[in-house]
Amino acid sequence: MIVIKLNLFPIIEINIVMIIRGNIALSDNGFVFNPTTGDSFTLNGTGREILMLIKEGKSLDQIKELMIAKYEVDSIILERYLEDFVNELSSNNLFEE
Amino acid sequence: MIRRHKVNIAVTGLNNIDSPGPGIPVIRGIRESNEFDVRIIGLAYEHLEPGIYMKDLVDKTYMIPYPTEGKEALFNRLLEIHKKERINVIIPNFDAELYSFIKLEKMLERVGIKTFLPSLEQFEERSKSNLPAFGRKYGINVPDSIEVYSISDLDNTLKSMEYPVMIKGKFYDAYKAYSIDQAADYFSSLSSKWGFPVIVQKFIKGTEVNVVALGDGTGKMVAAVPMRKQYITEKGKAWGGITIDDPYMIGMAEKIISETKWKGGMELELIRTSENKFYLLEINPRIPAWVYLAVGAGQNIPAALLKLAMGLEVRPYQNYEIGKMFVRYSYDMIIDLKLFSQLTTSGEL
Repeated sequence: MIVIKLNLFPIIEINIVMIIRGNIALSDNGFVFNPTTGDSFTLNGTGREILMLIKEGKSLDQIKELMIAKYEVDSIILERYLEDFVNELSSNNLFEE
Repeated sequence: MIRRHKVNIAVTGLNNIDSPGPGIPVIRGIRESNEFDVRIIGLAYEHLEPGIYMKDLVDKTYMIPYPTEGKEALFNRLLEIHKKERINVIIPNFDAELYSFIKLEKMLERVGIKTFLPSLEQFEERSKSNLPAFGRKYGINVPDSIEVYSISDLDNTLKSMEYPVMIKGKFYDAYKAYSIDQAADYFSSLSSKWGFPVIVQKFIKGTEVNVVALGDGTGKMVAAVPMRKQYITEKGKAWGGITIDDPYMIGMAEKIISETKWKGGMELELIRTSENKFYLLEINPRIPAWVYLAVGAGQNIPAALLKLAMGLEVRPYQNYEIGKMFVRYSYDMIIDLKLFSQLTTSGEL
């Protein structure tokens, strides 16, 4: 099941560094504002933590390693959620093109 | 100590209702400027325009004749009011009345009343029915639009279009139609309310974004603030919005103002598609009702327009606060019947 799910999202390469648009605002409570589109989102603690790591320039591979070291989580499940999350950020125009 | 200009300003658009006129936000902007000591004279068409009764904002209100009664009737009424109030500047805020005020511009100036309005050519060029030609001339994407004058016109037009389509009134109102029957209903109600033509426009799916801007008449843009609608009423009006950082939208406003030498306030109504392509839906030739957001974000466009009308120097605004929001609300005022009766019998309050 997990392998099938991963194959549905072949566009995200795990060692790529995603660059968040410079003007995206992320507040301490997880509120994200895209000033170009006017869109806003609320992230939970984990989402906020991952977005902060992306902002710091970490690759998805590095983020995965950090999250596995910090939380008790299966690496395949983490990878799946990470890809879903990054796809979601991408579809909301939060990354530089 | 700043010397404040004493000025008597007449303002229309006091209909602060669910589809609000811009009068009240224009007045709020001017009153918040520390450069003016103002007396506000409201000009109203309907006895129940809420602004008439907002005594903290409007000092005195006079009823004026509908645009359909002609510009002579309007001019004569304005002269009567001018004799009592010594009006320095009039700021008209309705599309439907602008034609008359533009035509009266010189006559008003001769009696000492200033305005700051687009020319008749500018006004006509950007009208809804001329918008496709405007888009071609200035290289701006405009949805396919066709003007229709009869049900058979409408029928023929819809044969070549995909549903849904937008059916738009000459001055105001727009509805999305999913069938010929629905389109015909909207055609009938819009033509009886606003006259002809009715405009049939291709529906573009996307996010509604607007720009409020001000041109000084020489091609220079004095102010511009882009906004994304966050909450939209059934009538398509923004009930909440947020300032955004979109250089493309500001660039479009600057291009239009520069190339047309636009004089006065304007609003660009745009759709941004998911591919980040912009379509210009309308250019409104006046300040929009959401202008108070621009004031709150640092660009007091009503006060800048007043200064331009008075021939004062206005330095173009360079910045505004991004992520500033407005949330509109409704509010019940309690009015004594005697005020209402005074207005209806004497035509002033």
